[in-house]
Amino acid sequence: MQKKNGNTNSLDRKFRLSEFLSEYIIKTVAFSSFAIIILIFVFVFKEAAPIFFPKEKKAETSQFLQSETYGEEPGTEQPENSLELYSSYTPSHDVASFKNLTGKNWQPVGEEPKYGVLPLIIGSLKVTVLAILFGAPIAILAAIFSALFAPKGLREIIKPIIELLASFPSVVIGFFALVTLATVLQNIFGYSYRLNAFVGGLAMALAVIPIVYTVTEDALTAIPKYMSEASLALGATKWQTALFVVMPAATPGIFAALLLGFGRAFGETMIVLMATGNAPLSTFNIFEPVRTMSATIGAEMAEVVFGDTHYTVLFFIGASLFVVTFAINAIAEFYVRTKLMKRFRGE
Amino acid sequence: MNNKILGKSIVAVSALAVIMIVSALLFILLEIYLGGRSVLSWQFLTGNPTEGMTEGGIFPAIVGTVLLVLIMSVACVPIGTITAIYLNEYASKKSFFTKMIRFAVNTLSGVPAIVFGLFGLGFFIQFIGTEMDRMFSADGSLLWGQPNILWASLTMALLTIPVVIVSVEESLKTVPNDLRGGGYALGATKWQVIRKIVIPNSISGILTGSILAIGRGAGEVAPILFTGVAYFLPHLPEKLSDQFMNLGYHIYVMATQSPDVEATKSIQYATAFVLLACTFSLSFIAIIIRYQFRKKIKE
Amino acid sequence: MRMDLQTEIIVENLNLYYGKKKALNNVSLSIPENKVTALIGPSGCGKSTFLRTLNRMNDLIEGVKIEGTVLFDDRNIYDNSVDVVELRKRIGMIFQKSNPFPKSIYENVAFGPKINGVSNKSQLDEIVEQSLIRSALWDEVKDDLNKSGLALSGGQQQRLCIARALAVNPEVLLMDEPASALDPISTTKIEDLIYELKKKYTIIIVTHNMQQAARVSDFTAFFYMGDLIEFTDTRKMFTAPDLKQTEDYIRGRFG
Ligand SMILES: Nc1ncnc2c1ncn2[C@@H]1O[C@H](COP(=O)(O)OP(=O)(O)O)[C@@H](O)[C@H]1O
Ligand SMILES: [Mg+2]
Repeated sequence: MQKKNGNTNSLDRKFRLSEFLSEYIIKTVAFSSFAIIILIFVFVFKEAAPIFFPKEKKAETSQFLQSETYGEEPGTEQPENSLELYSSYTPSHDVASFKNLTGKNWQPVGEEPKYGVLPLIIGSLKVTVLAILFGAPIAILAAIFSALFAPKGLREIIKPIIELLASFPSVVIGFFALVTLATVLQNIFGYSYRLNAFVGGLAMALAVIPIVYTVTEDALTAIPKYMSEASLALGATKWQTALFVVMPAATPGIFAALLLGFGRAFGETMIVLMATGNAPLSTFNIFEPVRTMSATIGAEMAEVVFGDTHYTVLFFIGASLFVVTFAINAIAEFYVRTKLMKRFRGE
Repeated sequence: MNNKILGKSIVAVSALAVIMIVSALLFILLEIYLGGRSVLSWQFLTGNPTEGMTEGGIFPAIVGTVLLVLIMSVACVPIGTITAIYLNEYASKKSFFTKMIRFAVNTLSGVPAIVFGLFGLGFFIQFIGTEMDRMFSADGSLLWGQPNILWASLTMALLTIPVVIVSVEESLKTVPNDLRGGGYALGATKWQVIRKIVIPNSISGILTGSILAIGRGAGEVAPILFTGVAYFLPHLPEKLSDQFMNLGYHIYVMATQSPDVEATKSIQYATAFVLLACTFSLSFIAIIIRYQFRKKIKE
Repeated sequence: MRMDLQTEIIVENLNLYYGKKKALNNVSLSIPENKVTALIGPSGCGKSTFLRTLNRMNDLIEGVKIEGTVLFDDRNIYDNSVDVVELRKRIGMIFQKSNPFPKSIYENVAFGPKINGVSNKSQLDEIVEQSLIRSALWDEVKDDLNKSGLALSGGQQQRLCIARALAVNPEVLLMDEPASALDPISTTKIEDLIYELKKKYTIIIVTHNMQQAARVSDFTAFFYMGDLIEFTDTRKMFTAPDLKQTEDYIRGRFG
């Protein structure tokens, strides 16, 4: 029959190139985040691999050497030459392996290099724990204030201001700690080393505060209204409700905030590089200089010879940083996802 | 009565925490401004360093930083935006692929900056760059297999991709489903709906994301330490294979490694002030855009 | 159903599940061409769901499963060979909540033609004007076509959405409670418009307003909990329905 109107397009399935291409490209690009993570994993661990497989690496290296020498670029980077040069004055037992890493001394340069990472681990932990101790209580309290006590208008001012603190480049915080904070603190406490774990921890707290604040604030404001309203209806005051209803409900979120803050501090480089004095000491005195894992990489990587033991160990430290922060973030996410959400569904 | 005092003190203590944070922020700003005030000038911004860096300006470091974030944006803004579009528009929430990508994005945003630096060194320079030299350079000279502004920018892009994703996704979520449905009901294809309805309505998110990413990229130093930054260069970078100077790195080296740290104190402060002013105003702009946008949504 | 009527859409044994939850239960009916068919029934009985199966808008909801056939233009629209984009161009939809794009009035109406490849300015102008005339909005907006569609009143916005749908030149219009959010005057305008439009279009309208169904429709289908209970001539439905269940519902709603 004759249609009075209507487009007479057939209903047959059409192939639309732009549709096909756009979906394909978008999916591929989206996959890149995953690919990047895998690549980071592969390449950071690849460079650290000799630690795990000392012998195999040797074989690999010699293969690499051959292909390099037979290649057309004798002048290109010379890991082999430098390695030989280096090993000409490096004792033969200087092979990267777990044994060498467990020592108490970090002296990567010299007649007899020592790659004990213990002082670096202690250094990282010291600064990180101090940063959490200084920063977290303040950040959590501030979050409580802005989420639970502050009038709405004030809250909308506080939140962006603290978010602005997150936009402080860590090199600026490090600089501030180095030139100002260190001197001020030394004048107050009178310890002997101007730069130390204490200064580093306090400076690091400035980097930790915004992240702990933001995550805590989110957790506190995500508590459903009915929970606090029920409590208020029973005659509890605002602060009682905050303390006994909202806070407990938000604990998993606050815990996640602490973990994320810990991960942030543990991986941070520039602040510790500038503010901690960088001496690899294995003490627990917080007023002595420390050298963290990240700072070690930052300070030494530019000067090492590609492919030698020192290089490998630095990559190994980097791989460890990656694994630790990865684990911490995964746990934090798990907490937010499962625990926090479960509670909100009212269990 | 006791209760009342307790309640008041809890509020007071938490308010004090806010005051402490805000005053720390203001104190740092003021301290850095006052320290650099004496050398801050137009010449400082547009001049080259002189007298072995103890005098003169920071122009090359500004140019280097700007180039770094521009090249970085070219990589991270499209990738971040497209990933966000995938996650919000195409992905089925329950699919394994989606969960995998989400997990990757979360992981990526937690990777320490220095690890990105290591990755840039191991992947871009040692792997890609060396391979490129092997393929393209006839005389075996080192061109791409060494640190340069391209590798540094790409390394920085990896770090800022999650920043873009989060911001864009947030704005995609605010596009009402009604609008998408309206498009589909008119016989629009998925890509048409995204291109003509979804993206135009989330421009502010893409903008915010880009600005935040640029602010972040301008301030980070660890990822570029061994991927392309240099302390001093006689020339501005002209090719992607050139090294570059950078504000953050400038501060770091001058404050910790130059032979006469005291002599350059004011320059250090002033450089820190310039860097801080950049990142600060960028995130300020981003906050304003976001705030305006949220207000518009509520109306 | 009268024999002299052409059928536009034939639905056979349609079942629809949202995940495990069944929302439509073995629905069969034939929708006549160039008539207004009203879908009535208590809230949650599946009217909107049924309407959305007719242009496959349910495809956009995750976890929907559909069994049965919907014949349109001699094709089962759920057949793999059918292009859903083309289908939606021929079966347009008006939503309960008016949803103009945050663009100008002109751009709203021109959206459909543009995605169909019409780029000639005078041709677009013509389509926009005709669509706005047919949706009885032209006189009110002809002087500010560049104004945002969101600046219009609720009733005008809904008519803009109708114009937007007409601009694609569909054969069927699906309307999901198009006047439920509107004031009485706007509602009257929309009802008058439906009366005009049925000369050219097949219209299927969901409504919870019995008077409206009685006023605008030629046929009425009564749904209850996912079942199609009764489908017949509107006049008969509202005077002497076959089933007591239908009668009770209509009584209750009128009363
Ligand atoms: N997107 C959806 N997901 C799951 N269930 C839905 C969805 N939409 C509707 N339903 C359910 O299907 C049934 C029919 O809904 P609907 O078609 O909207 O009813 P009506 O339009 O008649 O009020 C209801 O029980 C409703 O809860
Ligand atoms: Mg409905």
